Amino acid sequence: MTLFEKIWNAHVVKSIDKNRDVVYIDKHLIHEVTSPQAFDGLRSRGIGIFRKDRILATADHNVPTINQHLPIQEPLSRLQVEKLHENCKQFDVELYGLGHQYQGIVHVIGPELGITLPGMTIVCGDSHTSTHGAFGNIAFGIGTSQVEQVMATQCLILEKSKTMRINVEGTLGKGVGAKDIILFIISRLSAAGGTGYFVEYAGSAIRSLSMEARMTICNMSIEMGARGGMIAPDETTFEYIKGRKFAPSGEKWEAAVDYWKTLYSDNDAVFDAEFTYDAQDITPMVTYGTNPGMGMGISEHIPSENTTESTLKSLNYMGLHVGETLAGKRIQNVFIGSCTNSRIEDLRQVADYVKGKQKAPHVKVYIVPGSKQVEIQAKKEGLDKIFEAAGFELREPGCSACLGMNEDKIPSGEYCVSTSNRNFEGRQGQGARTILTGPLMAAAAAIEGKIVDIREYLN
Amino acid sequence: MEKLNKIVSTAVPIPIEDIDTDQIIPARFLKAVSKDGFGKNLFRDWRYHQDERPVKDFILNNDTYQGQILVAGKNFGCGSSREHAAWALADYGFKVVISSFFADIFRGNALNNGILPLQVSQDVLDQIFSLIESDHQTLLEVNVAEQTLTAGNLKVSFEIDPYKKVCLINGYDDIDFLLSIKDDIETYEKSRVFTL
Repeated sequence: MTLFEKIWNAHVVKSIDKNRDVVYIDKHLIHEVTSPQAFDGLRSRGIGIFRKDRILATADHNVPTINQHLPIQEPLSRLQVEKLHENCKQFDVELYGLGHQYQGIVHVIGPELGITLPGMTIVCGDSHTSTHGAFGNIAFGIGTSQVEQVMATQCLILEKSKTMRINVEGTLGKGVGAKDIILFIISRLSAAGGTGYFVEYAGSAIRSLSMEARMTICNMSIEMGARGGMIAPDETTFEYIKGRKFAPSGEKWEAAVDYWKTLYSDNDAVFDAEFTYDAQDITPMVTYGTNPGMGMGISEHIPSENTTESTLKSLNYMGLHVGETLAGKRIQNVFIGSCTNSRIEDLRQVADYVKGKQKAPHVKVYIVPGSKQVEIQAKKEGLDKIFEAAGFELREPGCSACLGMNEDKIPSGEYCVSTSNRNFEGRQGQGARTILTGPLMAAAAAIEGKIVDIREYLN
Repeated sequence: MEKLNKIVSTAVPIPIEDIDTDQIIPARFLKAVSKDGFGKNLFRDWRYHQDERPVKDFILNNDTYQGQILVAGKNFGCGSSREHAAWALADYGFKVVISSFFADIFRGNALNNGILPLQVSQDVLDQIFSLIESDHQTLLEVNVAEQTLTAGNLKVSFEIDPYKKVCLINGYDDIDFLLSIKDDIETYEKSRVFTL
């Protein structure tokens, strides 16, 4: 059996037909944007939350990332966050709201608090729920109708996904990280290549990664259409979880680890699709188009083959053309944050690179921690001072400029080198042009004021 | 949920691939706390300039093309899980979306809102685009019970999950079914060997 099948089978309440099961959900994370209509649904049916110990709320998408101690300025954003508070109060749901020490991006707080554990089923009304799969669980994004279903019954009626394994073998080159691995995979498989599948990432290059890096990879599974991504738990996983706020402890810890050690794909497991890549073929990645599949190595040129109407529309939006290289491209904004790259390890990596350097005068840099805990830790380590000296601004936690919903937006027509997950048209604000990279490439772009090959700037 | 069985309508073609849910409904319109009124912002940034003037050559601003069926390029609905995309399409008046490929989450969200994501082969999709291009009055007929799509001389069958078919034809929601099996859910909870 595959890892996916082991966890799926353990959660089947009842089969509907050969493709559909009623699946039990262990953890339900909610936020202000995709929950209000679900709470309304419960109210109109006159029912409550079925299992209150399995649901947790935070505010992240719509929050400002400065002056969080003040009321939210934008009336509609304020209303939505207030609605979350009202709903959580009425339905008795635990809420880590603005200002709470555990508040943050929903996919950052779950893992860092020890809520996200191997073997679980985890859902959230957000497609990047796939992030949690880094711990060896089935985690995926759902729509608001399904949010209501989980609130009401702790279950979903689901079509069983096909399984795909992606192996990355070997040692990563200098300046190449998790973000480059996943952008490379998506560029090979396309933005639709994983649709219908649940992906397991494996191979020596994946095994060598930290939990933060594994989360970056699983996070972007949805960007190739896959419902989720997962990595079998190992000592790195257990080491990360141990001692965290809500992680099991004592005898429960021992029992949990014993169970978690059974969570791997058997040697004779059969996947519906399998791909293997050599880590040495992966170089620092950049995107040039308006979906995450439109990516290439920094020394490559925008491909001239297969230029469809959609590709040309995309390049026109980006102000780029076929055959162009992105190295040397002048940029105006850098965003380091989002559920893809806003964990302490990302901030440390950026701080380590920018220490003693200055950002280019024409570049605006947003550096947004994924959670209050990340912010506190960064300050404890003095990273805020390093950022300040470099001309970067360490803001307060939230989704920020990843999705053009809160106050942090990229001006129309400007380029933003972004560590987030989507380069869709208008994603970071109307007319904004997003170039996705890893945190090191973003940091170097901030310093140089243009896109550069990080490998030329590392000792 | 509204029932959906048979639709006969002209169609609106958008032959762009990888239309993501940020295009269908941009994030800044997700601040609403109800499900109503999203239709006016459907494809907002393709439909209107930043100064609110309509984009003349965008199809939703062209009265020649109207109907309850949207025909779009492959990988429709990729990206964010926002069900607001399905609400926006429904509120605007679309009941069927035809494409050669749908993103998973969008497909589920559409079905949960009485919209049929109707998947055809790339070849059939190209033929439908050609038919509409040569005559914008071309009527498309979608029959859910029979699982057929007819357009001019073209008649093809399409796949739909048997469970979802019943839901769509009768207007059933998943939640009704789940609430009816609460006993099974509680039995499952008690039977779990390992749980955290």
